[in-house]
Amino acid sequence: MNITLKIWRQKNKLDKGKFVTYKLDGVSSEMTFLEMLDYLNEKLIKEDADPIAFDSDCREGICGMCGLYINGRPNGPEKGVTTCQLSMSVFKDGDKITVEPWRSKAFPVIKDLVVDRNSFDKLIQVGGYISANTGAAPEANSIPVKKENAERAFDSGTCIGCGTCVAACKNASAMLFVSAKISQLALLPQGQVEARKRVIDMINEMDNLGFGNCSNTGACEAECPKEIKLTNIARLNREYLKAF
Amino acid sequence: MTKLDAKIPEGPLAEKWTKYQASVKLVNPANKKNLDIIVVGAGAAGASAAASLAELGYNVKVYVFQDSSRRAHSIASQGGINATKNYKNDADSDYRLFYDMIKGGDFRAREANVYRAAEVSNNIIDQYVAQGVPFAREYSGYLANRSFGGVQVSRTFYAQGQTGQQCTLAAYQALSRQIKTGKAKIFTRRDMLDLVVIDGKARGIITRNLITGEIERHSAHAVVFATGGFGTVYYLSTLAINSNGSAALAAYKKGAFLANPSMAQIHPTCIPVLNDYQSKLTLMSESLRNDGRVWVPKEKGDKRPASGIKEEERDYYLERKYPAFGNLVPRDVASRAAKERCDEGYGVGDTGLAVYLDFKDAINEQGHDTIKGKYGTLFDLYKKVTGINPYKEPMRIYPASHYTMGGLWVDYNLMTTVPGLYAIGEANFSDHGANRLGASSLMQCSGDGYFILPVTIGDYLADQIKIPHISTDTSEFDEAEKAVKDKLNKLLSVKGTQTPTSFHKRLGHILWTYSGMKRNEEGLKKALLQVKELKEEFWKDVKVSGGLNELNHELEKAGRVADFFEIANLIIIDALNRKESCGAHFREEYQTPEGEAERDDKNYSYVATWEYTGENSVPELHKEDLVFEFVKPTKRSYK
Amino acid sequence: MDKFLGSSVTKKLVMAIVGLFLILFLLVHLGINFLLLIDDPAPFNGAAHFMATNVVVKVFEIVLLAGFLIHMIYGIILQIQNWLARPLRYKKTAFSQTSFFSKYMIYLGIIIGIFLFIHFMNFYFVKLGWVEGDHENFYGMANDLFQLPLYIVIYLVSFLFLAFHLHHAFQSAFQTFGLNDRYTPVIKKIGLIYSILVPLGFSIIPIVIYFFK
Repeated sequence: MNITLKIWRQKNKLDKGKFVTYKLDGVSSEMTFLEMLDYLNEKLIKEDADPIAFDSDCREGICGMCGLYINGRPNGPEKGVTTCQLSMSVFKDGDKITVEPWRSKAFPVIKDLVVDRNSFDKLIQVGGYISANTGAAPEANSIPVKKENAERAFDSGTCIGCGTCVAACKNASAMLFVSAKISQLALLPQGQVEARKRVIDMINEMDNLGFGNCSNTGACEAECPKEIKLTNIARLNREYLKAF
Repeated sequence: MTKLDAKIPEGPLAEKWTKYQASVKLVNPANKKNLDIIVVGAGAAGASAAASLAELGYNVKVYVFQDSSRRAHSIASQGGINATKNYKNDADSDYRLFYDMIKGGDFRAREANVYRAAEVSNNIIDQYVAQGVPFAREYSGYLANRSFGGVQVSRTFYAQGQTGQQCTLAAYQALSRQIKTGKAKIFTRRDMLDLVVIDGKARGIITRNLITGEIERHSAHAVVFATGGFGTVYYLSTLAINSNGSAALAAYKKGAFLANPSMAQIHPTCIPVLNDYQSKLTLMSESLRNDGRVWVPKEKGDKRPASGIKEEERDYYLERKYPAFGNLVPRDVASRAAKERCDEGYGVGDTGLAVYLDFKDAINEQGHDTIKGKYGTLFDLYKKVTGINPYKEPMRIYPASHYTMGGLWVDYNLMTTVPGLYAIGEANFSDHGANRLGASSLMQCSGDGYFILPVTIGDYLADQIKIPHISTDTSEFDEAEKAVKDKLNKLLSVKGTQTPTSFHKRLGHILWTYSGMKRNEEGLKKALLQVKELKEEFWKDVKVSGGLNELNHELEKAGRVADFFEIANLIIIDALNRKESCGAHFREEYQTPEGEAERDDKNYSYVATWEYTGENSVPELHKEDLVFEFVKPTKRSYK
Repeated sequence: MDKFLGSSVTKKLVMAIVGLFLILFLLVHLGINFLLLIDDPAPFNGAAHFMATNVVVKVFEIVLLAGFLIHMIYGIILQIQNWLARPLRYKKTAFSQTSFFSKYMIYLGIIIGIFLFIHFMNFYFVKLGWVEGDHENFYGMANDLFQLPLYIVIYLVSFLFLAFHLHHAFQSAFQTFGLNDRYTPVIKKIGLIYSILVPLGFSIIPIVIYFFK
């Protein structure tokens, strides 16, 4: 099929950036979206043009490295997929596809569609962990964990840190990301000891890093490729209230 | 010829590690703060090592090529992590796990290392639980287990189909905590391009800042490579597309021996190649074989849909050929069996390069919800990639390049032949022999990172406490930096017509054809020649767009592909050298009448390690003889 | 304690507490407004007089006023931060499955704020003596105002926007309090009913007065 791509090009952090339109034919509906971009890049290279920079690594929806804003939605029109899992079969011949990077003050653009998500690491660094030094752990079965809580903790823990929530949120808020980690650890007895400090520190850091505020809109939940639930944010709020 | 000393401690197998720890040299806590350690790669092995070393008080510097250390490909490990807790009361023990691994690896691994891996396995589970890994639990609140290919006990701990992600993130979080304290420093988007050796000791690395293109120097008292495997040399693989072998090759060229490079595992249960554009293959966890039954039609070229093929028309070939283990035979056996069926013309799907993995019976017996609880995330993943609903139709699977058992040769201390250079996790060769068993990779990575390296590295560093901070202003750093720059400039200056990816594809095709699941001398020799020719073509005709001082994915790829040629060369040389069949290495000349692998313990019970001898000269073989003191190598049978 | 004061979550908690307080107040206000439908001005004026003179109500009034101010100021601060969090907007945006009106809370809030100002000009400032008028006869004033079609239109539009505002506000407040679990569907339903019935109740009054009195 033939498609027209309108892609954000930006040389570096300081460049103002602009959209460039590419006409691409010979696209197969069997390609993934990123394979289509690979295909475009091969073509651009042959034409001595600068290929489009975009991040990706595992290409199976688990590393969280990829992530593009496609036709007005993070990761495109399909629900519950990362960009690398998006198939070209959702598009049809003649489609015009606009591709933008995640846009957020906390995720500055590095080049073209590549953004810097270091702020997510900083959030984890201030408290997204249990301080169990190597060797200090008790026997694994010494603290039973309710099956239901372990499963919920897992559901929260499946966050891949891709930044879709921030990209989708009209406020560029990181609440879903932060709340997923807070929830995972709060649901486990092992995480209780540091629960108070964790939620306070992570929220303060989130504010410092320039993310917006949550307005309970729910776009994050709707777009999250791992379908992390809004109930995590409620749990974060609860943990925060408890911390007062 | 042999310069290799594995430094295996004396004494009975079960006491070696305890005794070692009691006598190992230690670094005084006050001195640790004066010692720098570089860790390259931050997956399950790298992150856990970096965190543990920082907790001990060392200054740790971590380098990853991704934008965050949370992205390492350990996160893609699905099925689980083994430990000998014996929670199931099925007579599991350290010895049994050790024996399973030694046997599963077709008696090509080092006893002492494997036993130690089994020994620390329980500590790993304790550690991960304490760090908040949400492993699956029973209603009692205690940890759940499942069984995995190649063994007869249930010792695998799991978090649905995302065990690797949960464990790796726990290690990442432990590392994050150390970054906040300042004991660890992280350098993201850095490609490690060379190792710096000063006076015979590993003292630093050269990196390229992938955003600015700047070539940087970093020094330390010791360097740890936790750089994973090089299965991407086959182009299509279950690995991340940026996974590469450049670190292993850099170490090799600086004097580290590369061990058993041909031992590359082809994983039996992956989503088949769907088209020519495909950039990677997706793994479907081996745990699926617990409940899924593998079959092909009994009739050649039967193209009816699976539902139209009656029970008596199906050939459950694994159950037929290996009644004792059935669908749970080890990976190498399952992969070859699938290839054999497809080569014979029984394959399914458009390409005929796939077999069915069917859950019909399991769903009927256990119910939809139970199966969903066990494999929900995997079924969803399968559906996302193929559009086929595995609750209704059988999955189509085919083997794909997955894991490299081979890697940098290390001694019992996990140190390579370059003093001060350590290799942990998949990057080393030590624990899996010729074939890795399921759920033992996370185990080995975590064991190396959390519990083994932090002890063994002290033995080396204890002698280094008087050496102050290592300067990067030395001739060795100058040379290494120059070599890196020269190579990058050379790549940019070729200005040919073909992209790095197109070369990578062709290289992968050669390897897959001649040095994949089945190999023979004639094919390997052909491959050797073809790789050489392709390499020459590459350096004449590669086209790398963009410049040096910017974010340039093409340049990154080109550098990696250039290194893949040399790794491919080593794989083939190693495969040619090993005139026997063992584990993943199957030489067609050496097979039993039934078509099973025929090992030659008399002549090949050794680790083949290769020493770099110069740009265009043949690498030199060194053998580490495998001494089996505690087990007797037997014919590996799963029948 | 100081760690908490400025944080985004604290601000939102304050927004939610004050918001729910205002939601409660709306019910009381609606109750009194219904007295306008009685032909006798005494009950309404009596209630108005009581509200204007009772000491408890006086205190309550200050709290209420503070509540309005805090809700507005915090709302504006949060919104400005939200705008700053994405300096460069997306070129193309599509809608995803979300709480629709949450995207327009600030605009709805501003419109409601403007109405509130008009409302204060007519009644509250009269009561305070800042604006001329007969603060003993709000019943008469209200009935007079509700004879002006333009005023009624402004009034009705304002309450329509209030309905939109409340639709998101009600459930959002509970989410902010951390209550999102099996009760959420019920909360959402109550919120929907409230956001329809209360503004509707307010809106009926001028229509009845204009057409039937």
